[in-house]
Amino acid sequence: MATVSLHNIRKTFGETDVIKGVDLDIADRDFTVFVGPSGCGKSTLLRLIAGLEDITSGTLQIDGQDVGDMPPAERGLAMVFQTYALYPHMTVADNMAFSLRLAGVSKQERQAKVRDAARILQLDQLLNRKPKELSGGQRQRVAIGRAIVRSPKVFLFDEPLSNLDAALRVQMRLELTRLHERLDATMIYVTHDQVEAMTMADRIVVLQAGRIEQVGSPLELYHHPRNIFVAGFIGSPKMNFFPSEVTAAGGPTTTVTLPGGGTVAVPVEGGHLRPRDKVTVGVRPEHLICGDDGQLKGEVLVVERLGGGTFLHIEVAGGEQIVVQASGDNPARTHDRIAIQVAGETCHLFDETGKAVPRAQRHPLADAKRGGRSDG
Amino acid sequence: MTKQHQDKLMITGLAWFVAVVIFFPLFWMLLTGFKTETEAVTTPPSLFFAPTLENYEEVMRRADYFKFAWNSIFISGVATLVSLMLAVPAAYAMAFFPTKRTKSTLLWMLSTKMLPPVGVLMPIFLLFRDMGLQDTQIGLIIVYALMNLPIVVWMLYTFFKEVPREILEAGRMDGALPKDELYHLLVPLSLPGIASTALLSIILCWNEAFWSLFLTTSDATPLTAFIASFSSPQGLFWAKLSAASTMAIAPILVFGWMSQKQLVRGLTFGAVK
Repeated sequence: MATVSLHNIRKTFGETDVIKGVDLDIADRDFTVFVGPSGCGKSTLLRLIAGLEDITSGTLQIDGQDVGDMPPAERGLAMVFQTYALYPHMTVADNMAFSLRLAGVSKQERQAKVRDAARILQLDQLLNRKPKELSGGQRQRVAIGRAIVRSPKVFLFDEPLSNLDAALRVQMRLELTRLHERLDATMIYVTHDQVEAMTMADRIVVLQAGRIEQVGSPLELYHHPRNIFVAGFIGSPKMNFFPSEVTAAGGPTTTVTLPGGGTVAVPVEGGHLRPRDKVTVGVRPEHLICGDDGQLKGEVLVVERLGGGTFLHIEVAGGEQIVVQASGDNPARTHDRIAIQVAGETCHLFDETGKAVPRAQRHPLADAKRGGRSDG
Repeated sequence: MTKQHQDKLMITGLAWFVAVVIFFPLFWMLLTGFKTETEAVTTPPSLFFAPTLENYEEVMRRADYFKFAWNSIFISGVATLVSLMLAVPAAYAMAFFPTKRTKSTLLWMLSTKMLPPVGVLMPIFLLFRDMGLQDTQIGLIIVYALMNLPIVVWMLYTFFKEVPREILEAGRMDGALPKDELYHLLVPLSLPGIASTALLSIILCWNEAFWSLFLTTSDATPLTAFIASFSSPQGLFWAKLSAASTMAIAPILVFGWMSQKQLVRGLTFGAVK
């Protein structure tokens, strides 16, 4: 059992407010990912939980116990750092056993725990090596091993994969997901990479400028972003946005204008919207369909072919640039004139303040956990 | 010959020139120590002569060299140890828990080195007299340790700054208290830097003459005072003075020679990662 709850957590460095009142409850055994652009405060938030930074105000509880004034080691946490932070003068085995040694654990028990962790992480053959003799992936595994031997209540990961190359990152991502399932521990993971967040998280916490923008499952954030920032941040390539105006409202759908004079009827709970209200329409590149006819027309500027899919960068009426994700065999070429269909049920509406207008129907997978994991 | 070769040749030549200029006085001193007093002052000076050990015999007869040497070794060693014991925690705090005033504190500490020692001669002399520290090893140890403290803190501070703070944070997460961080992580990781700082401190203590001449008379006199005792009121005896000087610098010269690799490694620590 290990829950983490943050209540009105604030952190200031000198005059600068870095964390501006964060409330968050992290459930037992959840894989929670903090995601956001650089400087949003996600790493600071993790360091506050770890105890590496002092909280300016607010309460932090782990398993219901107030830990705000506790030194890091007494909080029962383990942390994996972006730079691995291995002890360069110690062997892999000594790195992993260091915390146990400080805690006065007997040599036999230390060795047994290190052996267990090494087996889980396939480090058995490397126990006598020094960190400088290991590859990036191996070092990262040692850093994780160092966390495992402590059997912590909560694992903290601070951008642990960002120093690895792309292929290794995908592999380590899978390993971490499997490790979470195997250890069944509460994990908090910080990343700026929304793909990592989407693939690994049970719950994602999107942060911006020291505030939480939204907390939810990956698909909840994808299908029901609470505001324009979350909508733009989650999903790759990012969502297309057009400035728009309401032409008809009040029914089960709200009709809005599109660049070039077309319209689309979006099924949202837009009771408060009135005709001529300014709104922003958002639609994801994978939901736009190229065809002979459609509400949007434009000129292809750039074609990016990935084999399995094609990204078309298109300039539509009014000078807006959008991205369409088409099939891999789409024949479009630069400077082609092209029509795009916009389906109302795939569109998102945001009011003038950037807040999303709730969609009429909740997506069936929006509340599902990663990989169909069940609670409890 | 390519331009690169020419450059290399020039730099090598220049390096040799500088080395010879620096080494020449030492060489001259070494040579003079083996001459008779008459030969030592003849002009033009003779390069070839019948070497004699009579100066060394005379020096050994007139003063207890080993007592002076032991004082130098003991005082330099213990003063260095004391300043390291004070400076390691200070530099650790400054490097990893800096406050708004850390930088200016460091600068202020260094600025105390600009004060001419003679400016504090009277107060220190009176303090030593009242506390019974005159002509004691402990007295010189206190003065030397404090005198070198700013430089030792500065050097350690720069070496500690090279240690990634995440490593210490990882230690903290692993349950390390500040003393564990120092003992298990920071000191082993910056050992080359600490060693070169210690070497420099020992050399500075060994060469220090001002305070040793003023604060000691017989019991705690180090080798600097030993040399001074040979510039007698009857006039300079160059050959004996040279022999005494050679004996005074020989230990530190050998020590420096043996540890030069460590010294260079320490001074470039971090720069060549």
